[in-house]
Amino acid sequence: MTLNDLLLRTGEWLRGVGPEADIVVSTRIRLARNLADFPFPNRASPLQRGEIETLLRDRVQQLGQSWHFTYFAVHKLPELDRQFLVERQLISREHANASGQRGVAIGETEACAIMVNEEDHLRLQVIRSGFQLDEAWQEMDRLDDALGERVCYAFSQEFGYLTACPTNVGTGMRASVLLHLPALGLTKQLEKVFRALQKMNLVVRGLYGEGTRASGDFYQISNQVTLGRSEQDILQAIRETVPAIVEYERQARRALLREMRSAIQDRIHRALGTLRSAVMMSSEETLDLLSNVRLGVTLQLIDDLSLQRVNELLLQTQPAHLQKIHGEEMESEQRNIFRARYLREQLRNIQLN
Amino acid sequence: MKCFYCEQTATVHLTNVEPGGVKKELHLCPACAEKMQVLKKKQLHLPAIVQTLLGAHVGPAVEELARLRCPACGIGFMEFRHQGRLGCPYDYVAFRKGLLALLERLHRRTVHRGKVPPRRPDDLERQCQVIAWRQQLSLAVQAEDFELAAQLRDSIRRLGFQQ
Repeated sequence: MTLNDLLLRTGEWLRGVGPEADIVVSTRIRLARNLADFPFPNRASPLQRGEIETLLRDRVQQLGQSWHFTYFAVHKLPELDRQFLVERQLISREHANASGQRGVAIGETEACAIMVNEEDHLRLQVIRSGFQLDEAWQEMDRLDDALGERVCYAFSQEFGYLTACPTNVGTGMRASVLLHLPALGLTKQLEKVFRALQKMNLVVRGLYGEGTRASGDFYQISNQVTLGRSEQDILQAIRETVPAIVEYERQARRALLREMRSAIQDRIHRALGTLRSAVMMSSEETLDLLSNVRLGVTLQLIDDLSLQRVNELLLQTQPAHLQKIHGEEMESEQRNIFRARYLREQLRNIQLN
Repeated sequence: MKCFYCEQTATVHLTNVEPGGVKKELHLCPACAEKMQVLKKKQLHLPAIVQTLLGAHVGPAVEELARLRCPACGIGFMEFRHQGRLGCPYDYVAFRKGLLALLERLHRRTVHRGKVPPRRPDDLERQCQVIAWRQQLSLAVQAEDFELAAQLRDSIRRLGFQQ
């Protein structure tokens, strides 16, 4: 597998399938793990970072055929490729921009990824489309056990899995769901929902980091605390909370259709209209407009467009993806022209209801 | 929402955006905000806030903790305070005293519940020793002392945990 092979595929989390996929875009679980007898990456010498990378690359390869991991040395990748991996949520922004020997192993369907020498020696990740918390955890647990038999993790009876930052110690686990909440955004109910989440020790962030409205109403919700709660406790908190938010969003969508159908139809048609006719398009505006189109698809106000296709467009219009599709690097203005052209072509034949 | 330091209601909400767009939030009651003087500073510097937080947990024992140094990786407690990142797994032993208060603040609990890995380092002394050897090995290689480097590699191979 090469990175360019990924371009033609749809990552697992974009497939638009799975329970509640109209609202829950994806479910992700991440584990932080370290080797027992090495300094953490930030304190490791170049020699040690190299040893850690070689060792872990070898052990990941030992996992064998059933896992189908392909390993990439991130420090050898051009900047555009690193950005491409960030947009696909396969590595963190920090991992892309760091220095020193580091890597990522990517599973065949992109459902699993392993970062090597990020803030911790290992960051394991499993992503599923829709709300699939238990399935994601089972896969993660299996991967963690398989690796845990091949290396000796840093672990203490008292503090659990030991991590470079004390905010991750204990289970080392971050479970998160990516939610699309346009109706709660439009009806100004997000604040209320987020306040309730805070009381449950859950954290809200925007799609690529920031929690602003401009991020197309995509929000990530994850657990804050990792010590003193078991993996099952953490999963339970998310399991109990997400269906309630999904229900609020559904209610808000129903209310929008009932009480202001024309206004919402207008908004969605205008979004699609702009996407189909604009000559220059920034990635922020695209995110906002595609968010409206996504709402239109789930409300059946737009035909001929699948949730998967909208999810794909959200990804393909990101800067690095766009440049990969184009086949060469582009400056911001050039990108905006190419992005608008790409969207016009992709959305040309869509019917409106 | 409660104040980060005490049980009073937080009315001062600070958000600091680090380079790279990472947002850190701090919620304080007016009294603690006054005490920290956070409002008087024109610009909030995140490492300074983290330091204050760590300092608040550490309290009067700060001088004792300031002298702590991890015998395995060599990081000092103050260096950890400054960076917010630990140097190696053995720091959880070396800095245990200082970390407990911080963990209590961060997680409201201090004892792990949940998964246990199939393999784990059972001998703390050996763990400390191997990490220390790895640090010495890096220095020996840098100094081109290949004899010492070879000896250290041998020792690590014998006692390391990753066979």
